[in-house]
Amino acid sequence: MAEGTNTQSPWDYSDAPDSTHVDIAKKYQLYIGGKFVSPKSRSWFATTNPANEQKLADIASAGKADVNIAVLAAKRALPSWSKLSGCERGKYLFAIARRIQERAREFAILETMDGGKPIKESRDVDIPLAAQHFFYHAGWADKLEYAFPGRAVKPVGVCGQIIPWNFPLLMAAWKLAPALACGNTCVLKPAETTSLTALRLAEVFEEVGLPPGVVNIVTGAGETGAAIVNHPNIQKVAFTGSTEVGKLIMSQTAGSGKSLTLELGGKSANIIFADAAIDQAIEGIVSGIYFNQGHVCCAGSRLFVEEPILDTVIRKLKHRLKSLRVGDPLDKNTDVGAINSKAQLKTIQHYIDVGEDEGATYHSCQTERLPSKGHWCHPCFFTDVQPSHTIAREEIFGPVLSVMSFRTPEEALMRANNTPYGLAAGVWTEKGAKIFDIARQLDAGVIWCNTYNKFDASSPFGGVKESGFGREGGMQGLRPYVKLQGAMS
Amino acid sequence: MRRTVAKTYKLYIGGKFPRTESGRSTIVKNKRGEIEAHICQASRKDVRDAVEAASKATSQWASITAYLRGQILYRMAEMLEGRREEFVSAIQVTGNATAAQARKEVDAATDCLVRFAGWTDKISHILGSSNPVAGPYYNFTVPQAQGVVGVIAPQSPSLLGLIAMIGAPLATGNTVVALGSHLHPLPSAILGEVCHTSDVPSGVVNILTSTKKELLEHFATHRNIHSLYASDVTKPERTLIEEGASDSLKRVSYLHIQKDAWYDQNQTASPWNLEHFIEMKTIWHPSSSH
Repeated sequence: MAEGTNTQSPWDYSDAPDSTHVDIAKKYQLYIGGKFVSPKSRSWFATTNPANEQKLADIASAGKADVNIAVLAAKRALPSWSKLSGCERGKYLFAIARRIQERAREFAILETMDGGKPIKESRDVDIPLAAQHFFYHAGWADKLEYAFPGRAVKPVGVCGQIIPWNFPLLMAAWKLAPALACGNTCVLKPAETTSLTALRLAEVFEEVGLPPGVVNIVTGAGETGAAIVNHPNIQKVAFTGSTEVGKLIMSQTAGSGKSLTLELGGKSANIIFADAAIDQAIEGIVSGIYFNQGHVCCAGSRLFVEEPILDTVIRKLKHRLKSLRVGDPLDKNTDVGAINSKAQLKTIQHYIDVGEDEGATYHSCQTERLPSKGHWCHPCFFTDVQPSHTIAREEIFGPVLSVMSFRTPEEALMRANNTPYGLAAGVWTEKGAKIFDIARQLDAGVIWCNTYNKFDASSPFGGVKESGFGREGGMQGLRPYVKLQGAMS
Repeated sequence: MRRTVAKTYKLYIGGKFPRTESGRSTIVKNKRGEIEAHICQASRKDVRDAVEAASKATSQWASITAYLRGQILYRMAEMLEGRREEFVSAIQVTGNATAAQARKEVDAATDCLVRFAGWTDKISHILGSSNPVAGPYYNFTVPQAQGVVGVIAPQSPSLLGLIAMIGAPLATGNTVVALGSHLHPLPSAILGEVCHTSDVPSGVVNILTSTKKELLEHFATHRNIHSLYASDVTKPERTLIEEGASDSLKRVSYLHIQKDAWYDQNQTASPWNLEHFIEMKTIWHPSSSH
């Protein structure tokens, strides 16, 4: 780029968007007992590309009867799968990881077409991490006794797993990999707007010869999920989604003996001290809230800036926002893709309106026109935000940041922790002692110090308070998928 | 004949021994049917007062060093040992235990506390981790306290059960609001006096005596109780607990163990008992010279 380029002027987009030669069938059936089968419900729904609103395929909508067949298939598969030696079970998972890596480009394009996220994110984050999750957990399958000293380890049984639309394949991997490594069998329900990559994962299961019924994939909306949660042969429910639905699941399963893992909403704080490396912090703010269009449960949606550097941070943030490219998710240069659905776009726009109505000041700094078709939202932030404002309290799940200031570390901590949520938090300072003290006192399950939105299969992820319970990833992420038996004295 | 100076056993809330705000007390009769003592019957308001006291104490108890927390729990064990005979007779008032059996229970309770005292600065070795992430980052996972833990102790063994169930949350840095045995209330009423003389900061341990029937629902629904640990609960009680807990996504765990297993320290004081009361916090930091 020539020196002195004005970032305000429109750039030419790359003329080489990623090729989209990915086969998409007209119809996708349910994956039950190792076969693709038509739904008993005889009902189907369309999945569309949120970037252009074109229909991609029809997806089977699983009814109660279909869920029942899937759960029974998982139940039938349980005895032999759980009795398989850990090393053998692990080898299936290693093979799945390998096949995801080999088909990574196909998965990435499909993920971007179905969900709207930029290809650089599906290519560099979602798909590689999904493969890593299978690879990492593959190696645990024969080592579980070392993770739980003093106890014999047994699988929980048939797991019902319900995942969201923001990281479709990655969430499937987060749920399936530890469950399978620990010898459980699964019924997985992808989110209704993003079923395609989970169904393609079923093809991978066929390729590696995963025994029939070990993983069953039932597509559909909330009712399909409810049928899984309430099925008497489900021993464990793992859910990632909203806090509201998480509470409902806990209430519905009360007294049933089903164990729960809930990974729910967030309103995570990102705290920038005056002694932070400011340019790095600005990048952390941007990736904290605009990564994946802000459709991230741990998004750093509340920014707390130490007062002396507030003006500098806002100036730099505005400058940085100008250079964010919103548009065709399949273009390698795109930073911010399409909003996942029309309904979600409406929710985000509602919050932006409420933010302005309640007296906060909107900044977008974006000059380029949004595409005429599809669901789009300019990344933006608000200043003049009060802690009582709706946009500072509720999860928006979009590219909308609330900027607030603070004077002392105590004030920053008090305000950061003053929320029913507790999923993640960020803290930026070059002072080592300070960063660990703040990290200790922040009430959240994941703390990113001088970084943000980093994920890894070996790193446990999950929340405190109303952000849910249970961990996914790492040694601690195995715990929800095992029963500990027998005291070895 | 000299008349015994009998007392009414009171609640233990926020480092004080209040009578219940409800003004109610019940009679404790011994096996011969004679009135042995009176005991306060705690109400919903007492639960709220106890939770408030426990909430105030959480940050101090969680932030003192694990070494100090261990010493305080060990001090509790020392005080328990010193009042051994008092507890032996308290257990025998309402229970069918022989003196030998009661002694066995008090000794096991004391030893259980010693086990927990030793766990405070070791649990993060066992349950925490440093995580080999695929990138230039330091990444580690450390156990942290949940906050206020509600404890529903078993009816029997009244002392050992209560100690096993408060010891795990206390060792991991949580504060406790406990409902003691209703059928055998004296040991739990006296335990407050042990806490009070053991350097346990005010509000860290709160002990109520009342019925499960009256208070279980309030333990389940109080939003500032972050975690509930129950023993001896029926299926309908489990449903009540979990429905109530769902409103604020309270953590719920149970200690379901058979009679003799209370004496098996591997069932009551293993790291997997403590694990219920911690939240795993994962901390990332870049590791780079540039």
